[in-house]
Parts: sequence; structure tokens; C-alpha cells
Amino acid sequence: MSGVSPDLRSRFSGMSSINFVLILVVAAIVLSSINSVAPSLGQLADGLPSMINLLDRMWPPNTDANFLTRVGMRLVETFQIALAGAAIGIALSLPIGWLAAKKVSPIGPASWLVKAIISLLRTIPDLVWALLFVVTVGLGAVAGTMTIVVDTIGFCGRFFAEAMEDADKEPQEALAAIGANKVSILMGGILPDAAPSMINTALFALEKAVRSSVVLGLVGAGGIGQELKAAFDLFQYKNASAIILVIFVIVLVMEFITDWLRSKLQ
Amino acid sequence: MLHTPLADTKDVAIATSALKKQYKNGQFPVLKGVNLTIRHGERVALIGSNGSGKSTLLKCLIGLHAVNEGSVQTLGETFGSMPTAAQRAQLRKQTGFVFQKHCLVKRHSVLSNVVHGMLGLPGSWRAFTQATAPSRWRAKAMSALEDVNLADRARSRADALSGGQQQRVAIARAIVRGPRLIIADEPAASLDPVSGSEVMQLFSEFAQARGITLLFTSHDMDHAAAYSDRIVALKNGQILFDKASREVSDQDLRDTFQ
Repeated sequence: MSGVSPDLRSRFSGMSSINFVLILVVAAIVLSSINSVAPSLGQLADGLPSMINLLDRMWPPNTDANFLTRVGMRLVETFQIALAGAAIGIALSLPIGWLAAKKVSPIGPASWLVKAIISLLRTIPDLVWALLFVVTVGLGAVAGTMTIVVDTIGFCGRFFAEAMEDADKEPQEALAAIGANKVSILMGGILPDAAPSMINTALFALEKAVRSSVVLGLVGAGGIGQELKAAFDLFQYKNASAIILVIFVIVLVMEFITDWLRSKLQ
Repeated sequence: MLHTPLADTKDVAIATSALKKQYKNGQFPVLKGVNLTIRHGERVALIGSNGSGKSTLLKCLIGLHAVNEGSVQTLGETFGSMPTAAQRAQLRKQTGFVFQKHCLVKRHSVLSNVVHGMLGLPGSWRAFTQATAPSRWRAKAMSALEDVNLADRARSRADALSGGQQQRVAIARAIVRGPRLIIADEPAASLDPVSGSEVMQLFSEFAQARGITLLFTSHDMDHAAAYSDRIVALKNGQILFDKASREVSDQDLRDTFQ
């Protein structure tokens, strides 16, 4: 065989030995995780009859008028939690995002501190926030709404700050030359430019709020999730399947509405 | 710190004394002792190759950039490093600044962009859009748009206009407060030759008709000669020559740009 061409020899030349070791370590961690917690084929085969049995007990979903009325009431409450929580969260994210935005923040270098707080709000899962608020303000929708507010600030605060940082700098410089103060530059120069991205983020936040609000009831923070938990706890699987279907429809409708709004705004 | 006036404020719009500017310690200075005097109502063109310090000088004059040494007197306000907040407010109230790339808020209407010219005034939080601006400010903005022949485009979005029209909107924004001084940083540089000449003519006519002091930078020697009374050339951060426009020779220009 003739000698190896230079092109073939150079295929892996970009990888350092450190990178190679890192890839091996990551692969080892992934494989060991799969080995520890992923279901084996045997376990899947053993669980299949139970799954079929559960589906059988869930079918047909409960369509009793009284039950559906109760679910409808919970549904309204779920929407209220999502809408109120997202609206308050989005409104609070505006000033918080501004404070966190590098180079446009009125508090200068201290903006990293606000960014760190936003990161903290975002990294703690919504169910953990819900547990905290259930303990502090009690069971029910108020805890759910507070959870959505915090979750929305964690999400919108970060993306609003990034949109403000990315806003066109030239109009801001022009407004500063005119004598505009920080608030005027925000209102006149930054927000108009960042608005499309911020509206997009707000719509995603609303979609996320609806998805979150349906499960918050699992820890007692109000909404339709509470009804779902009760159905499973009491082995009322036909009720559970009806609620799961309703949740599926709600999330689908919400995604359709926000997609439609996004397309209209572009 | 109080600064002694550099010149009689009745006659002089701008005066600088041994002005030095360096962006970072150890870096090459951009301005190396500039002494410049401009009288009220004069139209002055500042020329020089890229990096000669033209834009920096303009920004130092209204306190957009801090000065390292020397002092500046603009419209009677004398300052060293930076003007005080009160001086800055006073300066910007009387100065219109036009940038090379018009710097409009693209998603806002033409009228809103002109109303932005009021943002430095007391109570100007209402001027971030035409919808919230007081009626008298909207009327002034419409009048400024009429001056630049764009009143019929007041409701259009700024980015729907051509480059020349956008620069005319920037001029309307600069004149809406009735400034005594207009500073323009290469206002025709991003425009085609016809639009560029229209914009420069507009500037020049405004300045002459209203007795406004005009200081602009340009790489176009035809513009500099046609629309100024005086040409000041900067080279390596220093003034190379300061002459009446009609006296500038080809040799002067060669010396400036070589």
C-alpha cells in the first residue's frame, strides 16, 4: 500500500490530548449513568403488562357532567394562575432586565449581581418554588401564582437583559448626545429596538407558564394539577385520563395561540 | 473646579486651549494640544484623514468624551475634563449633534424620532414617542420636518425612508430645539453623491439663515469648500492649517492627507 495522504493524517490533528481525555471521561459518565438508572429490556418487558392494565383502567375517560364542571372550574383557575403569574412576572422582568443588562444598566458594573439573582431564580425548579410558597402562604392558587411570577422573572429577566444589551447602540449614543438620561434612552432607544425579541420572549413565558401551572397542583399550589393528583391518589384512573386529555388540549391550544401571535408580530 | 473663560462669549461659540485626549494610558494620544476658536455664526469644516482626531474633537466639545489636558469653552460653558451635569444639560440644550449614520430609532415613526430631540429638556420623559409628547413639542417637530421637506412622511417608520431622507430626519431632530450650534460628524459620508450634497446644502442654508454656528467633519473636499467659511485641517492630532475655505490650496490638501 502506498503512503497515507497528508489529508487523512490531518483528520484528528485538531484534538489535543486533554480534549481526548475529557471526551473519554464524559462518555464514561454517560455510560455509567445509563447502566445505573436507565430501564433494562427485562424491566421494560416486566412493566408492559402493568402499563396495559393501567391504560385499560383509564379507558374510557370520565365524561360525567358534574366531574367535567369541576375540572372546568380548575381549568379556569389554572389559566388565572398562568395569566396573572406571567403578566406580573413579565412586568417585573422589565426593570429587572434593565438593571441586569451590561453597559445599559443604570447601576453600572453592579449589574452582575442582578444577573446572578436572576440565575438563582431560574436554576431552582418551579416545583421547588411551589413547595416553598405552599409552606409560606399556604395551599392554593396564590402559591401557584407566586411560583409562576418567580419562574417568569428567571426566564424573562435573562432574555430581556440580553435583548437590551443587543439593542442598536447608535441611536442610544445619539439620544445621549441630545441630553437624554438613562430612562429616556431606555424608553426612546433601547425598548423600541429590543421590543420584537422581548415580545417573543414574553409569549414563550406565557406558554411556559401554562405548562407549569398544570403541574403545580401536584404539590398543592392550585390549578388542575391538584385534581390530577387527587385522581391518582384515589385510584380514579378514568378521572385521571380525562384530566390528562384536557391538559393536552390546553397546552396545544396555548401553543397554537402563541405561534399565531408570533407570526403576526414578525 | 471653576475654569476661566477662554474667550469673550459674545463673539466666540467654541474655543479650545491646548486640548489633549488619550483614550487609554500608554496609548498614542488622539489630540495633541489643539487650539481652536470658532466665532458665532461661522461655518467650519474639519478635515483630516481617518484617525486624525476629528470625531474625538467634536465629542470632546460637548462633553461626550473626557479631555485629558487643556480646556474647552462651548457656548459660554468652560470646562476641563468633563462638563458638570448642569453645564452638560445647558450645552446639549443649545447644541444639535448629527452623526454619520443618522442613528435613528428604526422602529419608531419619523415624527417620534424628531420628538426625541426634546429628550434633554425638563419633563422630557414624555418625548420618547410622539404619542405621549406634549402638543407644543409635536408642533415643533412637525415644523422641523417641514423645514427638511419631510412633513408628509411624519407617520412613516424611520427605516422605510431612503438614506438621504433618514439623514434629513436626523437634521430635523438636531434643529427641533432651535440650537445655537450644530455639530455634524461626516453627515454625508453614508449617502450617495446627490443625497450627500442635498444634506450639506440643507445644513448650510439653515446655518446661514438662522445664524447658527456649524461645525462639521468631511472627507469630501468639494463639500468642505462649498459649505464652509473656514477649513481646519487636523493631522496626527494637531491643527495643520486653519484658513478661509477659498484660500485652501491643492498643496494644503496633499499635506493633509499624505
